[in-house]
Amino acid sequence: MVDTAFGPPRDPGTRQIESAYLELTRRRRMYGGILLILFVALMASGFRLAEARNAGGFVDGLPMLLSFPAEVLSEAWRNRANLPGMVLEHLPSLVETVNIAAVSTLLGGLAAMLLALLSTRGLARWPRLTPLFRRMMDATRAIPEIVIALMLIYILGGGPVPAVAAIALHTAGALGKLFSEVAENADPKPVEGLASVGAGWGQRMWLGVLPQVAPNWLSYGLMRFEINVRASAILGFVGSGGIGYDLKIAMQWGQGRYDEVVAIFLLLFVTIVAIDRLSDHARTRLVKGRNA
Amino acid sequence: MTDATPMTAAHPAAPILAGFARRRMISFAVPLAILAYLAYAAVAFDLAGLASRARMDNAAVLLSDFWRHKTHVTRDNRSGKLTVAVEGEAKGTWPEGRLPDFVTTAGDTTTIDLGRGHRVVYDPQGARYLHPEAGTIAIRPDGNRLLLDAPEPLPDWINASDSRVSITTGAGRFAYTRSKVETFRYAAGWPLFFFTLDSPFAHMSWPELAASALWGQRVDPDRPNIAAMAHDFWTNSMWRHGDVIWAMFETVLMAFLGTFGAAIISLPLAFLAASNMNPLGPLRFGLRRVFDFIRGVDALIWTIVLARAFGPGPMTGSLAILLTDTGSFGKLFSEALENIDEKQVEGLRSTGANTLQRARFGVIPQVTPVLLSQVLYFLESNTRGATVIGAIVGGGIGLLLTQAIQTQKDWEDVAYYMVLIVLTVIAMDSLSGWLRRKLIKGA
Repeated sequence: MVDTAFGPPRDPGTRQIESAYLELTRRRRMYGGILLILFVALMASGFRLAEARNAGGFVDGLPMLLSFPAEVLSEAWRNRANLPGMVLEHLPSLVETVNIAAVSTLLGGLAAMLLALLSTRGLARWPRLTPLFRRMMDATRAIPEIVIALMLIYILGGGPVPAVAAIALHTAGALGKLFSEVAENADPKPVEGLASVGAGWGQRMWLGVLPQVAPNWLSYGLMRFEINVRASAILGFVGSGGIGYDLKIAMQWGQGRYDEVVAIFLLLFVTIVAIDRLSDHARTRLVKGRNA
Repeated sequence: MTDATPMTAAHPAAPILAGFARRRMISFAVPLAILAYLAYAAVAFDLAGLASRARMDNAAVLLSDFWRHKTHVTRDNRSGKLTVAVEGEAKGTWPEGRLPDFVTTAGDTTTIDLGRGHRVVYDPQGARYLHPEAGTIAIRPDGNRLLLDAPEPLPDWINASDSRVSITTGAGRFAYTRSKVETFRYAAGWPLFFFTLDSPFAHMSWPELAASALWGQRVDPDRPNIAAMAHDFWTNSMWRHGDVIWAMFETVLMAFLGTFGAAIISLPLAFLAASNMNPLGPLRFGLRRVFDFIRGVDALIWTIVLARAFGPGPMTGSLAILLTDTGSFGKLFSEALENIDEKQVEGLRSTGANTLQRARFGVIPQVTPVLLSQVLYFLESNTRGATVIGAIVGGGIGLLLTQAIQTQKDWEDVAYYMVLIVLTVIAMDSLSGWLRRKLIKGA
């Protein structure tokens, strides 16, 4: 090391510490480097594997990446006079998609509230059963929505109900976990106060816990609503009703119906951005207070 | 209340009381509004018509397929040939000369034990169903007709015509036509999950399998039994474990490549979009709008566009995840970068470190735990998302799942895939949780 030559003479103890520190840094850097190399190798080989199992290669596909949107957009531009009419035509499906998301967020949110309270330490109605409710939430979170939706379509036929059930089930698990984390940090004093005057479990939760956690729960609920709008569009594409289904039909027609595809794209884009913005705004207000 | 008028004007408790009144109103209005909305939705979704459209028989088929299977015992009435096949499928057919325990043959007579005292006998004259309570139901062909000898009046579980007699009881199902006679025997469990019947291991019990794997005579002289077992399991034609595990791996691969690829791409972009890192306002604004655009267009549309360019497969899926998550990560990362402690950067600047060094030693160590925790959280949720994306682009377990559901008969496969997906998601969940705790505590 150059700087040791210029520094004041040091006692052997300091020098030992110094060399040990440098040794430690070197070793940490080496471990970091090895991890990085391993990670890069994993990514590269993973990508090559994925490419090998793909129908088209990466390099061959790149030029085509823009050709499909260009084709769609140019055809839509030629028929741009139709767009407003098509947007109006697909508005009911959009309303259905948003309704699916809203109903499933509501139902899932209500179930999540109950599950969260039942599985939170200190608040649970039956403390011994908390692991059971937790596992229930884990399981409903882990099942992909598409599985439930497709099975219910087989039983119930098409329509919005299978999608609602599927999304609501997933929402119950996902929100339940977040809700329970919030409820864990709630102040137990109001609950104890209510218990001391003889309030039942329902009253303690309704009057003691809910007012404390409501802003955070609502904020998480809104975030989930955003996610569910997207999920409901995707589920429509894979099986059920709503705007996703319209999109699939229009895509299957292919050329000649691309103006319709663009109209649906536009509707979906505007809705998602609008809902994102609104919920973002509402969430900041909820969490940071009225004046934020 | 005589003092009501002055109280509203000056009493210090007035705003609090007004707040109480408002809250009381809200606590009634909100549930009412929710109920009203749900009522509207019930009408809009035609909940009333749902009952008539619901196919409860489909539900019964689905549920019974989930946990039990049936074995078809069929005799061709013209040739007298007997076939025993699991689910009636060719790949589940019992090999010549081997029969399951519940089928016994003696000469031309075959006896099928359905359990609980129910038995079916095929003999050269016809067939008999031996019911423990109702007695014997005998069927005998007579020219072009079938003669039925059954207790009168005919119970409702027997359905008889001149050309076909079918019997459905809790123990099994039986059908006699002129060309063939068929009995379905139900048993719990997924059939032939480990080995198909053409494998020598299918006919062994668990202890026998263990013994054969450890010290038994080699079934195939070229390789040890345990390797042969692994091979037979992997290539099981009924369940196709090899393909399924590969598909599951593809799905996890999609999530892995997409999530980490997005993280790698969005980290430098996030530096450019953070107000305390990049002084160029217009560039920041532009990048943020790009992130907004990517997130707004939504995974569904990106997936469709990418699938057009690259065709179906796991690479398309991972690129779709990568693209969508780049938007989310760009936003999250730049927000995290804006919230760092400036003091460390200041300190580095005072030693004469350049921009890159300040970023590497002043910023990265601060944000790594936050960013990694977000990335791992996304990895977990993308594992689930990759199933859906796989269903759209046609890759991974999502494809197998949609195919199995669309054929509407292999529900045991659906159950298998579901269990596999749920286990994988839970495993990824605990893995990412463990890593997160490790990284954040260790930092």
